[in-house]
Amino acid sequence: MNVVAPFEGIGASVKRKEDLRFLSGRGQYTDDIDRPGQTYACILRSPHAHALIRGIDLAAAKAMPGVVAIFTGADMTGIGGLPCGWQIHNKDGSPMAEPPHPVLAQGKVRHVGDSVAVVIAGTRAQARDAAEAIEVDYEVLPAVATMEAALGAGAPRVHDGVEGNLCYDWHIGDPAVNAAAFRGAHKVVEFDLVNNRLIPNAMEPRAAVGDYDPTTGDYTLYTTSQNPHVIRLLMGAFVLQLPEHKLRVVAPDVGGGFGSKIFHYAEEAIVTWAAGKLARPVKWTADRTESFITDAHGRDHVTKARLALDKDGRFLALHVRTLANMGAYLSTFSTSVPTYLYATLLAGVYTTPTVYAEVKAVFTNTTPVDAYRGAGRPEATFLLERLVDVAAREMGMDRVEIRRRNFIPADAYPYQTPVALQYDSGDHVATLDEALKVAQWDSFEARRAEAKTRGKLRGIGISTYLEACGIAPSAVVGALGARAGLYEVGTIRVHPTGSVTVLTGTHSHGQGHETTLAQLVTDRLGVPLAQVDIVHGDTAKIPFGMGTYGSRSLAVGGSAMVKAMDKIVAKARKIAAHLLEASVEDVEFDRGTFRVAGTDRTKSWGEICLTAYVPHNYPIEEIEPGLEETAFYDPKNFTYPGGCHICEVEIDPETGHVDVVNFTAVDDVGRVINPMIVEGQVQGGVAQGIGQALLETAVYDENGQLLSASFMDYQMPRAGDLPPVSVATHATLCTHNPLGVKGCGEVGAIGSPPAVINAVVDALKEFGVRHIEMPATPAKIWNIIHADHKLAAE
Amino acid sequence: MYDFAYHKPSSVADAVKLLAADPDARPISGGQTLLPALKHRLNKPSSIVDLSGIAELKGIRREGDRLVIGALVKHHEVANSPEVKAAIPALAQMAGTIGDTQVRNRGTIGGSVANNDPAADYPAAVLGLGATVVTDKRRIAADDFFQGMFTTALEPGELLVAVEFPIPEKAGYAKMRNPASRYVMAGVFVARTKDGVRVAVNGAGPGVFRQAEMEQALAANWAPEAVAGVRQSPDGLNADIHGSAEYRAHLVTVMAKRAVASAG
Repeated sequence: MNVVAPFEGIGASVKRKEDLRFLSGRGQYTDDIDRPGQTYACILRSPHAHALIRGIDLAAAKAMPGVVAIFTGADMTGIGGLPCGWQIHNKDGSPMAEPPHPVLAQGKVRHVGDSVAVVIAGTRAQARDAAEAIEVDYEVLPAVATMEAALGAGAPRVHDGVEGNLCYDWHIGDPAVNAAAFRGAHKVVEFDLVNNRLIPNAMEPRAAVGDYDPTTGDYTLYTTSQNPHVIRLLMGAFVLQLPEHKLRVVAPDVGGGFGSKIFHYAEEAIVTWAAGKLARPVKWTADRTESFITDAHGRDHVTKARLALDKDGRFLALHVRTLANMGAYLSTFSTSVPTYLYATLLAGVYTTPTVYAEVKAVFTNTTPVDAYRGAGRPEATFLLERLVDVAAREMGMDRVEIRRRNFIPADAYPYQTPVALQYDSGDHVATLDEALKVAQWDSFEARRAEAKTRGKLRGIGISTYLEACGIAPSAVVGALGARAGLYEVGTIRVHPTGSVTVLTGTHSHGQGHETTLAQLVTDRLGVPLAQVDIVHGDTAKIPFGMGTYGSRSLAVGGSAMVKAMDKIVAKARKIAAHLLEASVEDVEFDRGTFRVAGTDRTKSWGEICLTAYVPHNYPIEEIEPGLEETAFYDPKNFTYPGGCHICEVEIDPETGHVDVVNFTAVDDVGRVINPMIVEGQVQGGVAQGIGQALLETAVYDENGQLLSASFMDYQMPRAGDLPPVSVATHATLCTHNPLGVKGCGEVGAIGSPPAVINAVVDALKEFGVRHIEMPATPAKIWNIIHADHKLAAE
Repeated sequence: MYDFAYHKPSSVADAVKLLAADPDARPISGGQTLLPALKHRLNKPSSIVDLSGIAELKGIRREGDRLVIGALVKHHEVANSPEVKAAIPALAQMAGTIGDTQVRNRGTIGGSVANNDPAADYPAAVLGLGATVVTDKRRIAADDFFQGMFTTALEPGELLVAVEFPIPEKAGYAKMRNPASRYVMAGVFVARTKDGVRVAVNGAGPGVFRQAEMEQALAANWAPEAVAGVRQSPDGLNADIHGSAEYRAHLVTVMAKRAVASAG
């Protein structure tokens, strides 16, 4: 009887290996880690957005029960500030303003939540009690809470050395060519919009445990990070000056990141440094309020755009001027988000021949802003896809037709855009047509009419997008100012009995790598999924890798694994050839079996693995024993997922409430390894996109106090806010990585917000609405309906 | 949270004694307001008097033309009680929309009414139905009980033991939730009883209040159209990042209309 093993390789929707531990409460998160003799840190945070610290009186706090130590900025001498990982240059070629970002405030606080002092005590409560007893003498200064205020004449300076609060004034594209194209235009559509500031709200708040062994001088940091080696490099080399062989960084199970856990935060340096000072472990765990005011926020752009069209609706030129809020300090990758991750995407899926973008990055007295799921690409996509809808209306054209007319044709790939990127593959007509079909676009007007009989305003919206991920070719990003390489590494460790441990430099914090990456091994080596384990997140175990963000894990990390597996197979074939007394060229390998071509002479995977580690009969003059290979992979290009999202909404005109009744996502993410996981990633991204479009926004008052600093006022999407999301993939393969994969982690959050807002604007079209800023809250929609138009009450 | 002493009395008399002995003691019922406040260190009681062990505060019973609900009865019990569903279906329906499943299985009617959060649901039902609040000392009419934001007629140390609802001919409730907190942004409870029509508004203002114009309109004509033209003045209503006073005023009319429609 033949028992056919279930297919577990590329393309199989196998269940996630990691979920048993997550769903049964056996995950090991940073806050679950307790070290012997552990102490607890509480950070005293600034209640003011901008103030001088005239004095700090620690006397009462030091006398509180359980207090081990209290440190302020004055104690942290000889320590570097938190570094920024990407240097942007101004239009004139000079480097951006890069003011210091102290770990603990040095005489001045610059946003609510800025770190002033740290209390270390025997319990969490004792640390907090003592922190409350610290007396800080603040001289409150006027704050700049908005970019408009920060750029105003005579505005208070966030950093004394940064004139006009301007971090950089950057541009991309050719202004002369661009201006000339506008002069020849049939029509110019002008459009202003805001991309609202978001707060990431990972389920697991940030946490860090610092540990130090005085007998060896070894430091260990356990932290909620998406990239432990990056933290080790930044913190070790730039902040604490600890040599890397004496510093281990562990990012264990991490409960969601969405970008916010890429960055090196002050608390990581504080607990590591304090553990060394005290020779005792120090743990810090954010409460939800701290998460709101200290996790790097996302988005926050204000943009003015102009689109030139010919008489047939073809795009001739795009000019974009964007202000990007950096917050009070430069978070690790903040400077790259509104430049190389944003303006380079402004061609979108269109053949616009010239794009010129100018971006000013601005300091304000608010929480730092950095990458958040999609990072720059949602901002570019929202701008383009709203602008295209506005242009269609003002040209009197159909929304779908104007897109078709301007699409980059499938046969034009590879396609060089006017903003640096060269897209390798895509088929926008295919994803559009499929989405229109799934969403029943053509029969929409009947549904609109039916909704009207129920007193509801129904609308439909579309977005056709493309993004760049799988970051990144090191030489390219290096030339653009990145201070890091963005290759990835994978080690395939084959054990004597044939099971496999993979060491990957990527990090899984919800994405399901322990399953997807194992499927690559199963597919290539024929080892059952249960016999493949993925190890990640510990610098003591894995080679130097760059972590997970920018939908890079499969495209870059998976490719490194493929390269390492190639080496494994090459060596294993030599062993097999020796045992089979054949020449290597004649030995074929196919999922677990080595065969002399054209014969029935075979050796199994297990036999070869055992022979590699028990090399009694072995070509020892030719190859070494063992079966373990490492490969580093540096991608040749970004990957370019894209697709079409269609959203259908119903608005209650009496309350302004928007109900998302249907959502269709047809995405081209390249080859799909696990369709179930891709569907989940897209649904999660769409949930975040709907959150941005309808629900979420960070609101500061004019003094820089965050008004939406809890779930009472910041609306995260709940299950009931979300529609059924139908997800389909239409793959064109990436042409430059061995798997043909593009990445699926961010597409949902990138493609969806404009589809939602386009639907809302469509639903409100009888009121002559040109645009509605995100989030389209009930009150905002009610104002639109009732301010100007027929349903006006009075 | 800060440290506090913890007591769990088994009778109202013992609870009242503990509360009287310590002016900084706080009673706790379902803890849906007090516990978050303690966790955020916004409240520092010297002791907590846990009422959950007091049998006489529990239970729902019909007494003639009144429905009596003990202070410790949870929202989930009210939502699913055959007695409530039969006597005042609008009250059961309302209780089924409070917070979420977890809140409804912890929060109690006594806690909600005594706390008098302007954005809570129960105060609208108590005022809209003209209920009587029963304490360990006295009986207080709803019209006298609610005195603005988080303020009631309860004296320090006085314990709410039950709420007595008259059984209306018709009653209905409709609300718009605050998009973030899901508390009430604007809600209206309408009731027609043998003593007349009552309309109570919650969420929109600094405290629950009666809407006299709507009561008159509905007394003349019990129909959604009767209130559709009655405008609530925005003066004194709440305004925040979620909506203006004008928006809330508008919602009061919309919710009144829907409440009457749901009452039938």
